[in-house]
Amino acid sequence: MPQYLISVCHDDNYELDFSTPDAQRRVAQVGAFNDELQKAGAWVFAAGLHPASSATVVRSSGGVVSMTDGPYAETKEQMGGFWMIEVADLDAALEWAVKASAACEGPVEVRPAQG
Amino acid sequence: MTNPLDEVFRQEAGRCTATLIRVLGDIDLAEDAVADAFAIAAEKWPRTGIPPNPGGWITTTARNRAIDRLRRESTRSERHRAAHRLHIDSMDPDHKPDLDRLDDFVDVVADDQLRLMFLCAHPALGADAQVALILRLLGGLETGEIARAFLIPEATMAQRIVRAKRKLHDNHASYRIPRSAELPDRLHAVFAAIYLIYTEGHTGTSGQMLTRTDLSIEAIRLGRTLVDLIPDEPEAIGLLALMLLTESRRPSRTAANGTMVRLADQDRTRWDRTLISEGHGLVVGCLRLNRPGSFQIQAAIAAVHADAPNAESTDWLQIIALFNQLYALRPNPVVALNRSVAVAELYGPVEGLAGLAEIDPASLDNYQPYHAARADLLARAGRHDEAKAAYDRAIELTRNSVERDFLVRQRAAL
Repeated sequence: MPQYLISVCHDDNYELDFSTPDAQRRVAQVGAFNDELQKAGAWVFAAGLHPASSATVVRSSGGVVSMTDGPYAETKEQMGGFWMIEVADLDAALEWAVKASAACEGPVEVRPAQG
Repeated sequence: MTNPLDEVFRQEAGRCTATLIRVLGDIDLAEDAVADAFAIAAEKWPRTGIPPNPGGWITTTARNRAIDRLRRESTRSERHRAAHRLHIDSMDPDHKPDLDRLDDFVDVVADDQLRLMFLCAHPALGADAQVALILRLLGGLETGEIARAFLIPEATMAQRIVRAKRKLHDNHASYRIPRSAELPDRLHAVFAAIYLIYTEGHTGTSGQMLTRTDLSIEAIRLGRTLVDLIPDEPEAIGLLALMLLTESRRPSRTAANGTMVRLADQDRTRWDRTLISEGHGLVVGCLRLNRPGSFQIQAAIAAVHADAPNAESTDWLQIIALFNQLYALRPNPVVALNRSVAVAELYGPVEGLAGLAEIDPASLDNYQPYHAARADLLARAGRHDEAKAAYDRAIELTRNSVERDFLVRQRAAL
């Protein structure tokens, strides 16, 4: 069955203060969504990510290694977390994406995995 | 179209392609096979005559050609071929591809066309791509023809079509009829795409000709197909009625010198009565189903216009009531704009402008008809300076030269 990446887009300055009621609500919603994914057998794996400012870009080319501080792309929108799901087809993936977006209260992007 | 083969092609290309996509699980392979079959027909039919069931003949021939092609290309690895297939596994089990049982798949041709409509108008595709795919796959139009209709370079259109097909492939889009829970949204996407083709043909958003008849004719043909496929869906009937009733005014929309004529000033004796009576019948028929929708209401509005022998005797009260109904269903600024224009016809420009004032101007700032309508109402209310500014904005946003000439003349008359 095909796999899809559902990623959550955040502003790059997004930092989640888990103590706020808003964050608590989203955490609970995402938890329920994760349970639903697992019960349906669509779950592959998932993770929430630390802010993009915590990223390191690594390049290895011809034996030369360089490491730079910061994310790949200097864009406002950064990936804040993701799910890898396995479902029958695009329509099924989009249905899960609708639920994912509602759970984390923000837009999500759906991309098919190769293979 | 004088060539009878063109006639058959127009009627059958979409149907055959739709069936072959299911059988082959591959859009490109299906298109190539259908093109092969028509090439054979073009060579053979002038000698033998058109067979009694040309669509069946084309489908069978295309299927055989596709099998030949697949055998010839068997050096390609199975994996590569599979990578180019549409996702067949999740299709209804009853419709699994079976190359050797042609009779079975000819029977379900109607479902195939619907499948293809849903695939082309998939919400994961942009409106431009949806329209291009529909015209290419269901309308059987050449990429060059579609590009010319939309006044963009052929290479751009070709790329748009390739990209859309590739997205459907890569995303494992299924070739299926959506389940009942998703059906209303998915149907609406199909209706909206066909209507977009119609409106593009009716008032080209750009270019020198006010109407691009081919697109309108194709949209109406697709609308008829849709009504045949889903006869119990009132919005499909509403969409067809709306297109027919709008089409009925085509002869009077442009003057002999090519300039645009407003609805109020049109010579209504030139309206096509055959289209009006067909559209009327459809409106009555879908209203009877008592499941109102936006296309049915818009068709009903067009029918009220068609009923009026002249602009003065238009039943504006009825039109305003229909716009209110439409707004309740789809509360968006464009509907509010059109309602205000109708209000102005009944109660005068000041009332119309009051309606416009309730719309957030930012929401329609790039919408040419908003500025054109506002300019007209301001002019009628005697607020000439504001009217000129509104005309300037409308002219700035108009890419169709016939429409621009009209607006320039209106502005100059102030």
